Amino acid sequence: MKELRLMKGNEAIAEAAIRYGVDGYFGYPITPQSEILEHLMAEEPYKKTGMVVLQAESEVASINMVYGGAACGKRVMTTSSSPGISLMQEGLSYIAGAELPCLVVNVVRGGPGLGTIQPSQADYFQTTKGGGHGDYRLITLAPASVQEMYDFVGLGFDLAFKYRNPAMILSDGVIGQVMEKVQIEDYKPRWTDEYIKKSFPWATTGKNPGKPHIIITSLELDSEKQEKVNIHLQKKYKECQEKEVRYEMIHCDDAEYIFVAYGSSARICQKAIQLGREKGIKVGLLRPITLWPFPSKILGELAGKVKGMLSVEMSAGQMVEDVLLATKHKVKVDHFGRFGGIIPTPQEVLHALETKIIGG
Amino acid sequence: MSKDIIKPENLVYRRTPVLTKNTMHYCPGCGHGTTHRIVAEVIEEMGIQEQTIGIAPVGCAVLAYNYFEVDMQEAAHGRAPALATAVKRLKPDFFVFSYQGDGDLAAIGTAETIHACNRGENITMIFINNGIYGMTGGQMAPTTLEDMKTATSPYGRDIAMMGNPLKITEIVAQLPGTCYVTRQAVYTPALVRKCKRAIRQAFENQKENKGVSFVEVVSNCNSGWKMTPVAANQWLEENMLAFYPLGDLKVSK
Ligand SMILES: Cc1ncc(C[n+]2csc(CCOP(=O)(O)OP(=O)(O)O)c2C)c(N)n1
Ligand code: SF4
Ligand SMILES: [Mg+2]
Repeated sequence: MKELRLMKGNEAIAEAAIRYGVDGYFGYPITPQSEILEHLMAEEPYKKTGMVVLQAESEVASINMVYGGAACGKRVMTTSSSPGISLMQEGLSYIAGAELPCLVVNVVRGGPGLGTIQPSQADYFQTTKGGGHGDYRLITLAPASVQEMYDFVGLGFDLAFKYRNPAMILSDGVIGQVMEKVQIEDYKPRWTDEYIKKSFPWATTGKNPGKPHIIITSLELDSEKQEKVNIHLQKKYKECQEKEVRYEMIHCDDAEYIFVAYGSSARICQKAIQLGREKGIKVGLLRPITLWPFPSKILGELAGKVKGMLSVEMSAGQMVEDVLLATKHKVKVDHFGRFGGIIPTPQEVLHALETKIIGG
Repeated sequence: MSKDIIKPENLVYRRTPVLTKNTMHYCPGCGHGTTHRIVAEVIEEMGIQEQTIGIAPVGCAVLAYNYFEVDMQEAAHGRAPALATAVKRLKPDFFVFSYQGDGDLAAIGTAETIHACNRGENITMIFINNGIYGMTGGQMAPTTLEDMKTATSPYGRDIAMMGNPLKITEIVAQLPGTCYVTRQAVYTPALVRKCKRAIRQAFENQKENKGVSFVEVVSNCNSGWKMTPVAANQWLEENMLAFYPLGDLKVSK
């Protein structure tokens, strides 16, 4: 039975985790996402589904707990906001290197440094270009509603296990804090140990008699072999780029101009589209749902059809670089952003389109 | 003639099947190899090879996963107790051990060590204290003794400038989450036997959900200390044990 509930984005993450049958959550409080751990503790999922919930001593510990749990083939996750995610980068690199699945949620706040607790999208580079060391990628989902916060928990885990790679939900303080209606699912049972042992022969589930023991590591000292590891990873990422790109197009059919925006910026752009169309400006929205893999192909196609694109981000201009790469200078591209925790108004966004793209 | 003496009743020593046949990379005389052997023997004797998960550190024992014939995870530098925490909580009927050096456990990973011990995770922590960073070429460790020469304290550890050697084992013994804290050594056969009994106890405790069992092994690093194995053991006895005395620090009933 589906049920409708009014929830904050952060609560939706927590509720989805319990109901999807997640095995473990490890996290450390930070604004604007502390409701996730608070909701989990209040719900006591260890009594309902057996899910482990633990407040760790730091984000460094959280991500390494996730590493240990993921290595056992369990569905484990952590959540944080920007400074905490920065602390997790070494761990994420290890998890990607050891090819383990897990889910990480970043409810982004403004930076750099301690910055502000207000919403931001300035962690795009860190997330999609690999904030940690080495050649690895995070499968990155960008929710634009509380419903998507809920839905992307399951989707994130599915993709993480399909590719044995960490998945990231890149949200922001708006989507984390806003309350919206959410359709929630019934409780799914957690995977049994037998199922995990059978399904994930790579996991440390206890040595099987007569078979070699399982080793989870990201270390390979022989450079020839380490290069092979990297080639294998790149093959996997290529497959991911071919199969997993997700995006939404709004009013693009007759559009002469395109907003490219994700998350809460995409919501603001929807209002800006309405205002623009009232003035006779034919503008649409391309909303990347996966930030990595990035919807480059569709943007390249649109570049041949429209007169200009404006990348709208709550940052100084990060995703715009990917828009430029995708459109190969075939069309005018510019960026509009507010940062430091300022949320742009639809009027500002439309004005930017008019001055930077249409009139510019 | 030699064939005649190969009989079960004449067997005095054999390789435990909980160690792989891989040749260890440890320097001759290094305590890491001996400690691996007795941990593996304990796992064999307890019959828990299929229910054990080990966590390797970053340090000379980074490749421990190539030697223990149990499922193994290789942690980031200092984070083994975090991995072990999650593994044990998600697989509570498993035996979980971490194996770390002094840089790993008492410098970069101090927070993970203290908090795993304070939460009372039901795990076994093996701690190899050789007073130096063996793997990276003999730099100063948190445990390096006063006046001890290392690559980054070439004129000896100057306490005023470089701080004091850290007795992390004494610290974790104070924490309510530890049930068994002991300091052992493996540089003589008698001490090896004693250490093995301690490690056995540390694994047995997991059956009773008592909290962290913490076994420090005061060890040598003849390469890092720039001594022959024999001289290193002598130096260990005279200097390391004076500051890190052997014995139980905590035994909970
Ligand atoms: C984040 C990080 N910092 C530094 C290093 C380099 N490093 C590798 S091992 C090590 C010290 C190991 O010393 P110890 O834990 O005492 O182990 P031992 O080799 O003496 O057994 C250091 C500093 C690393 N691998 N990762
Ligand atoms: S460098 Fe030191 S700790 Fe490492 S194997 Fe050699 S003797 Fe042992
Ligand atoms: Mg050391």
